[in-house]
Amino acid sequence: MTRVHDRGGWPGAGAIDRQEHQLADWELLADALVQSLASPHRRVIRIDELRRAIESLPAAEYESLSYYERWIAAVERLMIEKKIVTREEIDAKAATLGEECRA
Amino acid sequence: MSQDHDHRDEHAPIRDGGHASPLARRARALEALLTEKGVLSTADIRSAIDTLVSRTPADGAKLVARAWVDPAFKVRLLADPKAAAAELGLDLTSYARLVVVENTDKVHHVVVCTLCSCYPRMLLGPPPAWYKSLDYRARTVADPRGVIREFGLELPPKVEVRVLDSTADMRYLVLPRRPLGTEHLSEADLGSLVTRDSMIGVSDPKPERTHV
Repeated sequence: MTRVHDRGGWPGAGAIDRQEHQLADWELLADALVQSLASPHRRVIRIDELRRAIESLPAAEYESLSYYERWIAAVERLMIEKKIVTREEIDAKAATLGEECRA
Repeated sequence: MSQDHDHRDEHAPIRDGGHASPLARRARALEALLTEKGVLSTADIRSAIDTLVSRTPADGAKLVARAWVDPAFKVRLLADPKAAAAELGLDLTSYARLVVVENTDKVHHVVVCTLCSCYPRMLLGPPPAWYKSLDYRARTVADPRGVIREFGLELPPKVEVRVLDSTADMRYLVLPRRPLGTEHLSEADLGSLVTRDSMIGVSDPKPERTHV
């Protein structure tokens, strides 16, 4: 069965958007979280686990999220699975950061 | 702590193409929680960002230019890319397996990752957005000539096109053809002709320096 991430030959693909994209700060952060968690001296996650988590995203979510948004959703899932953080902790912290951002 | 990277500034606007992303806020929440709990340090994250932004296609271009001027180096580069890279001071030991493939008048290689975004970032820096796009990933294996044409290169029908699908464990670097009429150029000048896209295989280097 072809799953949503397995894009080779996927029908309906169109012209490639070749615009160069400067990574936003939060995208750099998403990348850095993954590389740090997977670094040889931490090994909290493996890249294969990240892929599994990305590839397990519901199809609609996979399609609607941007590239690094998928990474963040996957890291969140892995951190919860590994009982390092809870979803409630992330929700609470994100709400706090949101208030700081509006300040 | 140095302020080289303003991602540390919690008050900076979080935007993706002008739209705030709830996931961006969750990334910051994860960063805060993981550092509070000692799972990661801020030094880890800073160092990872430094590595990410400091890698550029210049490293890949150095390898290509040396291979163009030194046939014996080219043989070594194709046989054992990491050992050849080490000769130029590039330490790739901690990265996934690397394979270098040579474009010739008969064979043209192009690299894609249909499953995710595997890419030789150790030599080219972060992948461009189009490389990670669903359209590029879908079409490159089905219609490589069409994709390459879209990037501006019309390959003669007699040229065989080989598509290399990267994996998490194996990355590919294309050794593009040296442009004609560059016999007089120094290795450094040759290096400046080698573009990122030509090392992915969607284009060829031009005989004059162009800005990508």
